[in-house]
Amino acid sequence: MKTRRVLLFAVPLGVAAAAGGGFWVMLQRMRSGSFNPRGVPSVLDNKRVPGFNLPGLIGPGFSGPDLYDRHRPVLINFWASWCPPCREEHPVLMALKQDGVPIWGIAYKDAKKASLAYLDTYGNPFERVAADAGGRVAIDWGLTGVPETFLVDGDGYVRWHMVGPLTHAMIPTVKSLMELYAG
Amino acid sequence: MIPETGHFALALAVALAFAQAVLPLWGAWRRDARLMQAAPALALGQFLALAVSYAALVWVNVGDDFSVLNVAENSHTLKPLLYKISGSWGNHEGSILLWCLVLAGCGGAVALFGGRLPASLRARVIGVLGATAAGFELFALLESNPFLRIWPPPMDGRDMNPLLQDPGLAIHPPMLYAGYVGFAIPFAFAVAALLEGRVDAAWGRWVRPWTLAAWICLTLGIALGSWWAYYELGWGGFWFWDPVENASLLPWLTGTALLHSAVVVEKRESLKAWTVLLAIGTFSFSLSGTFLVRSGILNSVHSFANDPARGVFILGLLALVIGTSLVLFAVRGAALASTGIFAPISREGGLVLNNILLCSIAAVVVSGTLFPLFADLLFGEKFSVGAPFFNATVLPLAVPVFAAMSVGPMLSWKRARLAPALAKLWWAALGALAAGLIAALHTTALPVLVFAAAAWLVLGAATDIVERIRLFRLPIADSLARLAALKPAVFGAALAHAGLGVSIAGIAGAALAEDAIVLARVGETVQVGGYDFTLERLRDAPGPNYAARVADIRVSRNGHVVTTLSPERRSFPVQRMTTTEAKIRTDGLTDLYVVLGEERDGGAVLRLHHNPFAPWIWIGAAIMAFGGLLSLADRRLRVGAPLRQPRPAGLRTPSEGTPAE
Repeated sequence: MKTRRVLLFAVPLGVAAAAGGGFWVMLQRMRSGSFNPRGVPSVLDNKRVPGFNLPGLIGPGFSGPDLYDRHRPVLINFWASWCPPCREEHPVLMALKQDGVPIWGIAYKDAKKASLAYLDTYGNPFERVAADAGGRVAIDWGLTGVPETFLVDGDGYVRWHMVGPLTHAMIPTVKSLMELYAG
Repeated sequence: MIPETGHFALALAVALAFAQAVLPLWGAWRRDARLMQAAPALALGQFLALAVSYAALVWVNVGDDFSVLNVAENSHTLKPLLYKISGSWGNHEGSILLWCLVLAGCGGAVALFGGRLPASLRARVIGVLGATAAGFELFALLESNPFLRIWPPPMDGRDMNPLLQDPGLAIHPPMLYAGYVGFAIPFAFAVAALLEGRVDAAWGRWVRPWTLAAWICLTLGIALGSWWAYYELGWGGFWFWDPVENASLLPWLTGTALLHSAVVVEKRESLKAWTVLLAIGTFSFSLSGTFLVRSGILNSVHSFANDPARGVFILGLLALVIGTSLVLFAVRGAALASTGIFAPISREGGLVLNNILLCSIAAVVVSGTLFPLFADLLFGEKFSVGAPFFNATVLPLAVPVFAAMSVGPMLSWKRARLAPALAKLWWAALGALAAGLIAALHTTALPVLVFAAAAWLVLGAATDIVERIRLFRLPIADSLARLAALKPAVFGAALAHAGLGVSIAGIAGAALAEDAIVLARVGETVQVGGYDFTLERLRDAPGPNYAARVADIRVSRNGHVVTTLSPERRSFPVQRMTTTEAKIRTDGLTDLYVVLGEERDGGAVLRLHHNPFAPWIWIGAAIMAFGGLLSLADRRLRVGAPLRQPRPAGLRTPSEGTPAE
C-alpha cells in the first residue's frame, strides 16, 4: 500500500521526464537536421504527383495528369481561409505572382464561399485554383498541414516542398529552384 | 550609455536573484532568522534592478536607437509611439525581459504584502521565486540579450509586423504574461509547502488570492488575444486552436481547477496533495507553452524567430524548475495527509468533479497539441490535428462542466442531497429549456444545446443569490437586508459563472451569423441581416507608416441611418505587406462587421457580416474577470488587513491588492 502511494506520487515526475526527454531528442535532431517538425521530408519527394481530379474554385479545376506534361515547373500551394499562417504567407504568394512564378492553389477543407471571400479580400495569386473540400486529395499528397507548398517540375515530379508559410526571404530560393527545373 | 546601463542592471538583477534564491532557503533550512529576514530586501532589489533594465529597453525603443540590434530589427522611425513602446515586448528578446520583470514583480509583491506570513514560509516562497527568476534572467543575459549593439547602425529599422501594430495587441502580452507568470506565486507556495512538509487551511487561504489575481490577468489576456484575432485578422473568427492559443488555454484550465480545489483546502483541509500538484502543474504549463513556441518545436502565426539552440537552454531551465518541484512532490507529497472527509454528493464532491472535468479538457488539449510531434518522433508518421478534433473532444467534456456549474454552489459542505438542490434550480431549468426552444427555431442541434447551457449558467448563478437572500420567502425588506450583507465573494463567484454563460452564448451565436461577399460599385446598396449597406465612396488616406485605401459605407435599417463604417486596406511599404482593417459597429448585442477587399471592374469587393451575440464572448470574459476582482476585494475586507499605502508606480503585478494574512 505504502509503495503504491509513493509510486503514485512519482507519476507526474515520470510523465514530465518522458515529455522532457522527448523534447530534448527533438531539439538535438532539429539541430543536426534529422528532425524538422515543419520542413519534413515529403512522401512525394522526387516522386510523381498522385492521380487526382479536383473541381475548380474559380474556372476549371485540374487533375494529376495536368501536371505530367506541362514542360514547365509550377508551385502547388495548399491553403485555407481559416488558417492564420496562410494569411501571413499571402503577400509572399502575391509577390511571387508579380514576379511571374506560376502558382496553382488547392483550397484545403474549406467552404467554397469562405475561400472565394478570402481571395476576393486579399487578392488571388493563383493561375488556377481548385477545391479539395473533403481533404481526400491532400492525404494522397501527404499533406502535413496548411499552408504547404510543393514545387512540381515539368514532368509532374515533386522536387521541393515547404511545410508552413513561405517568407519574403525565401523568394530568391524559390525562383532559382524554378529556373533550375525549367531547364 | 543607456543600453549598457540596461545591460548592467540586468546582470545586477541576476546576481541579486541568485542571492534571493540561496540565502532565504538556506536560512529557512538552518532556522537562521537573519538570513530569512534578507529575503524581502533582496526581492525588492532584484525587482528594482530589472525595472531599470526594462526602462532602458523602452527608452532605446522610443528613442529609435538603431545601434541596438533589437531595435534595428523590429522598429522604424515612422512607427507610432504606442507601438514603439509595445515594440519593446513585441519580439523574442524583449518579451523574455518583460517575462523576467513580471517574475521579479511577483517576488516583490510577496515581499511587500507577505508581512504576515510565517517567517520560514515567506523566506521559502521568496527563495523559490528567486531561483526561478535567476534561471530566466540568466537566460536573458546569456542567450537573448536585448541590448546587443551593431556597427555600423542602419539608417532606419526593419519595422514591426503590421499585423501586430494594433492597440489590442499592444496590451495583450503584458496582460497574458501577468497571468502566466502570476502562477509562479502559487507554484512557489506549493514548493515552499513541500519543503515545510505542511499544507493547512491557512496555506489555502494564502494561496487563493494570488491564484485568483493571476487567473484574472490570464482570463483578460486570452480574451484580448482572441478579440484581436476577431477584428484584426479580418474574417470574424476568434479562436483557431492554434498551438499558441492552446498554450494559453492550458494554464487557464488548470488554474481554474486550482482556484476551486484551493477552496477545499481552505475550508475542509482536503485535496491537499492534489492542490499542490495543480499549482505546480499550472505554472509548468505556463513555462512549457513558452518553451515550445520559442524553441520552434511548435510553430504558429504568433511565434517569434526561433532557434533550437535557445530551446536547449530553456529546456534545461524547465527541467530544473519543473523537475525539482516534481521530485519534491514525489518525495514529500505523500505526507500531505488530508483530514477532512466528505460524501461524493457534497460541495467538495462538486469541486472534485469540476477538477476532474477541467483537467480532462486540459489533457485532451495537451494530447491534441503534442500528439503530432511525438507521433513524428516515435513512429515517423505525420498527423495533423486541427479544429475538428478539438471541437469534437472538448465539447462533450464541456457540457457536463456547464451542467454541474449551476448545481455545485447549491450543495452544502460535507454531505448534501441532490434532489433539493435540483429542485431549487427549477426556474433555471425552465429558462434553459425556453432558451433552447427559441434557439431551435433559428439554428441546429449543437448551438441550441450551448444556448440552453448559457441560460442555465446565468440563471443558475442568479439562483445562487436568490437562495441566499431567500427572495419571496422572507419579506422583501428582509431579503434586501440579506442582499446587502452578502459577501462580495459570493457575488464574485456568481458573476464568474454567469460570465462564462454569457461567453458561451456569444460563441454559439456564431451559428446565427450571416454574411455576404459582394462586388459593389459606388452608390450601390446590399442587404445583409436586415441591414442596408450602401457604398458611398472610395478614397485614399495617408497613415504614419502606411498608405490606406478607405471605403465609406453607410449602414441603415428600415430607412434610418444606423452608422457609417470606413474599413481600410493598409499597405506597409517597409514590410511589403497589406493588412485589412475591418470596421465593427456593435450595440452590445450584435456586431456589424465590414471588410474592404480588392478593387476591380470599377467597384470594390466588400465583405459584410452580421454577427449576433459576438460581442458577448468578450463581455462574458470581462464579467468573469470582474467577478474575480470582487472576490479579491472581499478577501481584503474580511481578513481585516491594515490599509495599504498606494503601490509605487510601475509595480503592476497580478497580485494587486491581495493581503497577507
